Amino acid sequence: MRKGLLTMVLLGGLTLAGCTDKPNDDLMLDERSDITHSPMTGQNVGTGEGYNQYGVDGAPIPGSMEDLIVNVGDRVYFGYDRYDLTPEALTQLQMQARWLQQYPNVNIVVEGHADERGTREYNLALGDRRATAARDYLVSLGVPASRVSTISYGKEMPEVLGSNAQSWARNRRAVTKVQ
Amino acid sequence: MTQLAFSNAQAALRKPSLHRLMSVVTALMIAAYGVLSPVTAHAELKITVGAGNVQPMPIAIAAFHGDNASNQEIGRQLAEVVSQNLKRSGLFAPLDPRAFIQDVASLSAQGPRFGEWRALNTQALVSGMIQNDADGRLRVEFRLWDVFAQSQIEGMAYMTTPQNWRRIAHIISDVIYKRLTGEDGYFDTRVVYISEDGPANKRIKRLAIMDQDGQNHRYLTDGSYLVLTPRFSPTAQEITYLAYVNNKPRVYLYNIDTGRQEILGDFPGMTFAPRFSPDGNKVIMSLATSGNSDIYTMDLRSRQVKRLTDNLAIDTSPSYSADAKRVVFESDRGGTQQLYIMGADGSNPQRITFGEGRYANPVWSPRGDLIAFTKILKGRFYIGVIRPDGNGERLISSAFHVEGPSWSPNGRYLTYFKEIPVGPGGQQRSAKLYTIDLTGYNERELQTPKDGSDPAWSPINP
Repeated sequence: MRKGLLTMVLLGGLTLAGCTDKPNDDLMLDERSDITHSPMTGQNVGTGEGYNQYGVDGAPIPGSMEDLIVNVGDRVYFGYDRYDLTPEALTQLQMQARWLQQYPNVNIVVEGHADERGTREYNLALGDRRATAARDYLVSLGVPASRVSTISYGKEMPEVLGSNAQSWARNRRAVTKVQ
Repeated sequence: MTQLAFSNAQAALRKPSLHRLMSVVTALMIAAYGVLSPVTAHAELKITVGAGNVQPMPIAIAAFHGDNASNQEIGRQLAEVVSQNLKRSGLFAPLDPRAFIQDVASLSAQGPRFGEWRALNTQALVSGMIQNDADGRLRVEFRLWDVFAQSQIEGMAYMTTPQNWRRIAHIISDVIYKRLTGEDGYFDTRVVYISEDGPANKRIKRLAIMDQDGQNHRYLTDGSYLVLTPRFSPTAQEITYLAYVNNKPRVYLYNIDTGRQEILGDFPGMTFAPRFSPDGNKVIMSLATSGNSDIYTMDLRSRQVKRLTDNLAIDTSPSYSADAKRVVFESDRGGTQQLYIMGADGSNPQRITFGEGRYANPVWSPRGDLIAFTKILKGRFYIGVIRPDGNGERLISSAFHVEGPSWSPNGRYLTYFKEIPVGPGGQQRSAKLYTIDLTGYNERELQTPKDGSDPAWSPINP
């Protein structure tokens, strides 16, 4: 119930901002590195179920995964076959770094993901690049490297199902998860 | 004449047993019998493979004659398995048994009445017989006949347990295939693959194995962790693959005989894209550290690790040449994914693909003459082959998503998977395994209980 409400609110806040469609070398895809991504979604939050991340007032418990999602934003997006951090991603990660400094006992894992329009093994490597790019930036902002691990899922765990450029853009992502 | 044949058979060379189920199959050559006609003007009974769209050769495969009801049923099914195998190869057109004139009992007892088979316009005829020996084991005997020359051109007998009759059918199929095409067969093989089930964002993936015709299917992992990209050892009952055990993506070894799963090495980051060396003694794979993927080998005995590439690019999907002297791999060091060949020690990497688009997961043919790959061009996926010198590129299959070729052990067929959007809004995925002749003809679905991806062909069963 609570989760459904959260999802609705977040989806309501989600906008696909006007995008510049850049032609690609191989894939006729739109690059949507400028998607609004903060805060994004309550769906697909692995740690959201099974234990309570909300306080008695209905607000997320400070320092929890839900807190990160709702009050900071847990993910950044990448261009097609890119792993450089966009200006939006840099801003997002700066917010995550500030949040992590508030909760020094929180460790995180950054998950790197790719869209399905690449080959499996290359995408595993690409997901690793993306997770590492986000991790390295967090560390450069002062988050101790010991608190941040990475994992690549390649194209194995899409966030959005669909066969179009918008879906694929949403799947090229690095997601910060509270451990 | 039949009596004579049997005594010859008894005296024939007894080959060593063939399988770890061992004792299970023993083979005997059967001496030629029947009318050994003088050489006539008939063309030699042989298919010339190589050119693409060959006319499939008609072949009559009679039910194997059983000496009791149970053996008759096995004999019927065994002939059917042989028939299906040869048909799937695209090189044979088995005739409908209902058109056969001579009954299987007389065929088995007296040999072919060649006139009746010639009337069916088939030059090749397969007959066989099934009995039990004193221990209850099955004795399967088969003969391949040249109807026009009126002679037996192949004859074998096999001993096995009754449950193992399917294996005999595949071995016989290989003998026929080899005798009539001159190339090694590929029917007595298995395919390991990733079984897929569930919605596209929550796929359950399991390692699974089956015979090349889809039979004897079984799961090797339970789906509680993600598994990807299995490959068969060319020399042992082992599979190497990527598994996310405890959310740590690492290369594993799975022993098919014991069911034991073992992590390969102790690496500081994700290891992935594993394949065996041709002698089975090494695994070559990628290791990702600090966002950079390079290619390494691990010796399975000494556990010694060697680094082959040292490059900021993504270097992955390595595959040894059949002579183990070279390695083909993909790298985006030139900007996008392309294929490169280097020495097996990592020396002298040379780019071999310069066409439009991206080239990925190269696989060197066991014959050495071709490299299969996945290509992405203008948003579409292809399976193709190219010569190691970078010439002669041919695209042989295409789809919304097609990926991951693996060669049959005779280097004539490829298996891979295709994925297409299904369901409302194209949100779900249907993934199926396929096989194809390397010329691009005869693409066929390889049926699996659920969806499937990442197929890898085994060598001929030991």
